[in-house]
Amino acid sequence: MATDLTDAEAIVLGIADESDMIHVRQAIRQVAQRAGLGLVDQTKIITAGSELARNILVHATGSRGTVRVERVRERGRQGVRVTFLDKGPGIPDVERALADGYSTTRSLGLGLPGARRLSDEMTITSAAGTGTTVVIVKWTR
Amino acid sequence: MTEIIPILRIGETLLISLQGELDDATVLRIEEQLTREVARTCATGTLIDVSGLTIVDSFIARVLTRIAGMIRLLGSHAVIVGIQPAVAITLVELGVPMGHLNTALNAEQGMALLRRLRDDGDRSD
Repeated sequence: MATDLTDAEAIVLGIADESDMIHVRQAIRQVAQRAGLGLVDQTKIITAGSELARNILVHATGSRGTVRVERVRERGRQGVRVTFLDKGPGIPDVERALADGYSTTRSLGLGLPGARRLSDEMTITSAAGTGTTVVIVKWTR
Repeated sequence: MTEIIPILRIGETLLISLQGELDDATVLRIEEQLTREVARTCATGTLIDVSGLTIVDSFIARVLTRIAGMIRLLGSHAVIVGIQPAVAITLVELGVPMGHLNTALNAEQGMALLRRLRDDGDRSD
C-alpha cells in the first residue's frame, strides 16, 4: 500500500524568522515521538529539519516559507515526513548544492548534504525563480 | 528564549550550562558574553556544559567551535562537556568538524582536563 497520510495530525508552520526554528524543531520532535522513533532517530530528523529551516531563512529572503510535519505509514512501519516549501530564488544546480562544502553564503555548506545523510529519504524539487520544495522522511527501525 | 544564561565563576574557572532550545540569537549572545567574561575575569579555563542540549545543529556547533577558538586566542582554555550520545552521533553524520575541540564526558572530567591543559601551559612557559 502506498504511503498513507495522517492529515489530521499534520502540523503546518510558517518560517519567517529565527525564532520559528525552535517551533519547527518542537513540531518535528512531537510528531517523531508520536510515530515511535527512537531518541537517536528523533535527534537526526530534528537536526536535519533545523538545517533545512535555516536554509529557508538564509536563502529564501523576502518570501520565506512554510513547513509541514506529518506522521506517515507505509508497509506497517511509521515515520515522520517534513516538507519545506519556499518561493525563494530556487536552487539552480541541485547536484552541486548536495555536495559537501558547497556554499553560496559563508556557511560550512553542510545544510543540504548533512540533512540528506541524517534522513532516510530526501527529495528536492527546485527551479530557478520558482522556489524549492524539500521533503525528508525518517522511518522507525 | 531571551533569558540570561548565568556564567558561574569557580576560582579561575568559568562554567556555563546551556539548556533547552537555543535560537541563533541566543547562541550569538552567549558567544559574546562568554568571550567578554573570560577577558574580564582572566579565567584560565572555561567549561561549557551542553548536557542540557538535545539538539546541536551545524550553526550551534560552528559557534561552539568559534567560542573555543576565541577563548584560546585570549590565552585561556575551553572544554565542552556532556555532549549527549544522540547529539554526538548526529554531529558526526552531519559532518561538522569538531575533532579539534577539547571535550570531556562530564563536568568532573572536564575540570581534570582543564587542570592538565593549565599544567602543560605552565610547563611550556
